[in-house]
Amino acid sequence: MILSIQNVVKRYDKHTAVDHVSFEVPRGSVFGLLGPNGAGKTSLIRMITTITAPDEGAILLDGRRLDERSPEQIGYMPEERGLYKKMKVGEHLLYLAQLKGLPEPEARKAIGHWLDKFEIQSWWNKKIEELSKGMQQKIQFIATIVHKPRLLILDEPFTGLDPINTNLIKDEIAQLNAEGTSIIFSTHRMEQVEEMCDHIVLINQGKNVLYGEVQDIKNQYKQHLYRVEIAGDWPADFAERFQLASRQNGTATVQFSDEQESNNVLQYLVGKGVHVRSFNEILPTFNEIFIRRVAETGQTAPISEA
Amino acid sequence: MNKIWLIVKREYLTRVRSRAFLLGTLLTPLAFGAFFLIQALMIGYKGGEKQHIVVLDEGGFLTKGIPDEQGVQFTKAAPGQTLETLKQAVRDKQYDGVLKLPALSNTAVKKQTIYFFSDDRLSPDVNNLIERRVAARIRDYKIAASGLDPKALENLETEVSLDPEPIDKPDDAGNALTSGVAVGISFFLGIIMYMVVLIYGSIVMRSVMEEKTNRIVEVIMSSVKPFQLMLGKIIGSAGVGTTQMIIWAILNALIFIAVQSFMGIDAAASSTAGLPEGASAIDPNDANAMFAQIMEEVGKQNWWYIIISSILFFIGGYFLYASMFAAIGSAVGDDMGEGQSLTFPIMIPIILAFIIMTSVVMRSPNSSLSVFASIFPLFSPIVMPGRLAFDPPWWQVALSIILLFATAILFVWIAGRIYRVGILMYGKKVTFKEIGRWMFYR
Repeated sequence: MILSIQNVVKRYDKHTAVDHVSFEVPRGSVFGLLGPNGAGKTSLIRMITTITAPDEGAILLDGRRLDERSPEQIGYMPEERGLYKKMKVGEHLLYLAQLKGLPEPEARKAIGHWLDKFEIQSWWNKKIEELSKGMQQKIQFIATIVHKPRLLILDEPFTGLDPINTNLIKDEIAQLNAEGTSIIFSTHRMEQVEEMCDHIVLINQGKNVLYGEVQDIKNQYKQHLYRVEIAGDWPADFAERFQLASRQNGTATVQFSDEQESNNVLQYLVGKGVHVRSFNEILPTFNEIFIRRVAETGQTAPISEA
Repeated sequence: MNKIWLIVKREYLTRVRSRAFLLGTLLTPLAFGAFFLIQALMIGYKGGEKQHIVVLDEGGFLTKGIPDEQGVQFTKAAPGQTLETLKQAVRDKQYDGVLKLPALSNTAVKKQTIYFFSDDRLSPDVNNLIERRVAARIRDYKIAASGLDPKALENLETEVSLDPEPIDKPDDAGNALTSGVAVGISFFLGIIMYMVVLIYGSIVMRSVMEEKTNRIVEVIMSSVKPFQLMLGKIIGSAGVGTTQMIIWAILNALIFIAVQSFMGIDAAASSTAGLPEGASAIDPNDANAMFAQIMEEVGKQNWWYIIISSILFFIGGYFLYASMFAAIGSAVGDDMGEGQSLTFPIMIPIILAFIIMTSVVMRSPNSSLSVFASIFPLFSPIVMPGRLAFDPPWWQVALSIILLFATAILFVWIAGRIYRVGILMYGKKVTFKEIGRWMFYR
């Protein structure tokens, strides 16, 4: 495990932002940290990045409690991010890299490598304020990974990026992951979670309400829905034999109480001589799971993130 | 430690290289220079055109004549000319006006009216000048008419100066000038401290607020402790402020010298021009002697002691107040107006200290209020340097420094607690009660 969160509690005045949360991030995984606004994600991330400390519980990075040197192994791109507008790209990256403990010559080399990779070598002497928002975002990304962190925490990394740059960054993330970097990915965009994450934790009102492998969770939340597509008309008693969630022309969604039953439909349709064009299971989208789980565990009142 | 140094370096370099710093540093002395120049021009301004005045001396005062001055030329009327002929001469533009000096009714008159005939008004300056010059001539006339000896009269004048002498303390050979010089030094030091605390403090605050509005704080904080960031900013800003002050001091000195040599006026001439003739009798030798005496007094001060203590008070006071400004800056963020209302409580002790320093300490440096204010840590950075030239007991200075440093460390610590929470707090109006609670967060 690259990171393990053990019974962590964080309180602000009377409000408990993080309430006995536990989960583990496997080494080399892309881990989704999800939750509605004000659920306590930022509070949690700030504890992992050693910006604040938990009131109770423990956080282990690579099996060891967080300490002074932990930040050097973590790369964090917060949702609220920015750069010094008056600084030049090169010196800015150099500054951030050195703050992460990289010696200057090494930092220079690493920055050069990344600027080359993004084909923006000529930006070294440009001022940050001369760059567009998307360009600044790229610099921000480089700043986050320049010190080769073992754990990368990205909070809504794609906001403000056009599709081309989104893909560029996505590819870089995938490559870093392939090279062994563990990634915690916090977002509201559920389609990105499905696309990128292998594990997730869902936080609501400061509590861990859903946690596990993406595929397991999907299976756990599936409602045994199958989509059947046929050519021609439905047999007359089809609607009586099976529980239909919906039916339109040649497509029907059938719900079963048991997994085994799914074959019955096929047998029935084949027996009636109906030509089946497709038959597949409908897994719930993460969006649905998210909304369902949040509704079940109570709506969070909008609280300013602290 | 290495990281604090990185922060200090960045803070210093980016700020010193910024356009705002360049403009502020160069324009301020230029503004001063322009001010000096205009003032010098004003002093040098003699009312423009020359005035030619003819004097009808009925009283016979002008045995010596009146020297030309401030562009005014006096000519004694030729014998036989009457007021009417002279008025006609003015109409003919031969003169600008006629000054009529009537004879005295007796030598004991206390009030005498003289007349000036012209259709142009006299400027107040020239008016005063004529009155003073004529008064001096009438005085000479009265002395001669009463048969008095001018030398004997001069001997009546005695200049008295008080020389304070210690009874038991070692004699530091002070005199009246000593306390005057001390007042000067203390005022100078007090003002510098006051300015340093205010200017540097707001530099720190602005820099903290800028970082918060930039939204870069969270990135930085994931690399360094908030306390390191705050300390780095405070130290870096001190460097910026010190650099600016040194440049100002040098530029101002250069500009002052340049203006003086350009105008070719010497201080003695311009300062005595406005004095009545009797009082203006400080001849240049006297002024020089006075100056030498002042310099001697200044030199007599224990400068090592004053400078080293002042630097200690500067460091302590700076950290104490800059940390508070940093804490407030972290709590405010985007709203400048809100910042002003929150800084008010910090300004109060600074302003109070300044008032105490200028109004109480300089008049009675050893009064109980002075002693208290120079030891109380919120006041001492401004008040004690103001007292140093008056040679306060060493234990008071030592106590004051120890208390100041203890308080400064405490305040930096408290500010760090506030800063850590405030810097990450967005979109919320904060109250002092809330800020107080932040100190107890983990």
